[in-house]
Amino acid sequence: MTVATSDTPLARFLHAYFSSRIAVIATLVLLLLTLAAICAPLIAPQNPYDLTKLDIMDSRLEPGKVSSDGKLVYLMGTDEQGRDMLSAILYGLRISIAVGFASTAAALAIGLALGMVAGYAGGRIESLIMRVADIQLSFPPILIALVLLALSGPGVGKIIIALIAVQWAYYARTARSAALVERGKEYMEAAAGLGLSPLRIVLRHLLPNCLPPLIVIAALQVASAISLEATLSFLGLGLPVTEPSLGLLISNGFQYLLSGTYWISFYPGLALLLTVAAINLVADQLRDVLNPRLQGI
Amino acid sequence: MDSAREPVLEVRNLRTEFATSAGVVKAVDDVSFSVARGQIMGLVGESGSGKSMTGYSIMGLIDPPGRVAGGSIRLNGRELVGLAPEAMRQLRGERIAMIFQDPMMTLNPVLRIDTQMMEAVLAHHAVGRRRAREMARDALARVGIPAPEERLSAYPHQFSGGMRQRVAIAIALLNKPDLIICDEPTTALDVTTQNQILYEMQTLCRESGSALVWITHDLAVVAGLADTVAVMYAGQLVEQGSVRQVLEQPRHPYTRALIASVPSRNPRGRPLAQITGMAPSALTAPSGCRFRDRCPRATNICATSPPVDAEDGHDWRCFHPVFEEDR
Repeated sequence: MTVATSDTPLARFLHAYFSSRIAVIATLVLLLLTLAAICAPLIAPQNPYDLTKLDIMDSRLEPGKVSSDGKLVYLMGTDEQGRDMLSAILYGLRISIAVGFASTAAALAIGLALGMVAGYAGGRIESLIMRVADIQLSFPPILIALVLLALSGPGVGKIIIALIAVQWAYYARTARSAALVERGKEYMEAAAGLGLSPLRIVLRHLLPNCLPPLIVIAALQVASAISLEATLSFLGLGLPVTEPSLGLLISNGFQYLLSGTYWISFYPGLALLLTVAAINLVADQLRDVLNPRLQGI
Repeated sequence: MDSAREPVLEVRNLRTEFATSAGVVKAVDDVSFSVARGQIMGLVGESGSGKSMTGYSIMGLIDPPGRVAGGSIRLNGRELVGLAPEAMRQLRGERIAMIFQDPMMTLNPVLRIDTQMMEAVLAHHAVGRRRAREMARDALARVGIPAPEERLSAYPHQFSGGMRQRVAIAIALLNKPDLIICDEPTTALDVTTQNQILYEMQTLCRESGSALVWITHDLAVVAGLADTVAVMYAGQLVEQGSVRQVLEQPRHPYTRALIASVPSRNPRGRPLAQITGMAPSALTAPSGCRFRDRCPRATNICATSPPVDAEDGHDWRCFHPVFEEDR
């Protein structure tokens, strides 16, 4: 029996993950989209928020038309204010992806902490946390987000808070059930038998073993957070008009959709679809790789 | 026996109870025994006889709804029952170690071996990480793992079952505990590996002077390994003494029946000797002698609690013990 030092759980995971061609493509697409979103100010042909750069003469130009000053080709057309759609989409993607990832990361941290505490401590603390989560989960997410946003008004910070409020309960539930399963395993007993401190047992032994299902849920939740944010923005409750996300762009073009000016809604919609689909495919592959039932340890 | 030697572990009238919806279950009822330095005691019993619960009680690892309801557990004269949880935690892994049944499950799958071994050292000793790693490597070498330096940076899945159990033993030995409790650690291993590990455990205990409580249902293991034997039935000790006394001159009918049902002792071609009936749980056990409804020697008097008789360090809990002349 030889010991390959490279045979770490991470190396095995990466090997299994990239064995699927679809997963590789989806990951690449997601990376490209994220990179484009991060670099939007550098690569966008126009700053869509700077109203002085917009020319009302270029309003609702078809994709491929040249701007009135002849400097710019509108690859994806323009909206009714003469804004370059490609630039708007890149900036919108930036906001959508940032909101999706930030809210998921924060909700994961909160839900994980509460779920682990519930699973490890048990008793009244567990009942309290889990009943709150149950109540939360009995309402549709969009309803909770709508109510919160109606009370607080639009804004990036506020929509992130609304998305956290909607999501944390999923993680708390999953973290608790994973913690309950892992707590019954012998290595937890062995760790207690070594006289390790409870904090160390939770952080070093319990937490890493509870992560796989949570990673899968987090990946799926990024996609649903992005689409929920798009929905809220489309309804006018999400982000302010000055910081248009993909949902708001779709909403802006919606009224022209039937008059043949399809591109104002179509291209942001396509970008949204591509992002959500790529994230879902990545999450699917994560689930397949991390599913203990499909794993031959 | 070695009564001259001071006992490392002294258990007196230990009672461990579980509060269930069906009532209080006495998982361990009035159990007393002691183990001396370098001595190996086999704790034998069927599933559910309370032998593992005795081990967990000593470790202080009984979780609610269970609790140690009475009796005394002394380690080197220090009382463990009622000890503050923090003080008990300091003792665990340091003065008392436990080795568990399933080597596949006893190591954390996501942590490297060196991480798991070093944290066992660092939890109890103020030494540097380098020193802790050296101690871990030495411990691996001591249990016969080849190339210990390389093995330290491996993950549990890269080890076979026998190797993993050796690692678990190495972890238990790390802090040179006074007492090691082994909960059927070789049951999940194949016979050759089992024999190797038994032999090594015996040598290691003799060398380090650790006392060993070996919980098992396998009399053959006890015969080859232990110095003394305690036999448990439905939460109670029914017989204890030296290996020779208990295995060669069993006094309690249950011990006798247990020994008679070991396959190798039965002549070829004859049906295996069995004990009739089912082993009771601590909840369903009859009053008086708990073995009486399965016992061929039972009489009316067995409905009352049997006395503990002793002779030459060999004691049994029975009204009708078996003596040579009865055979």
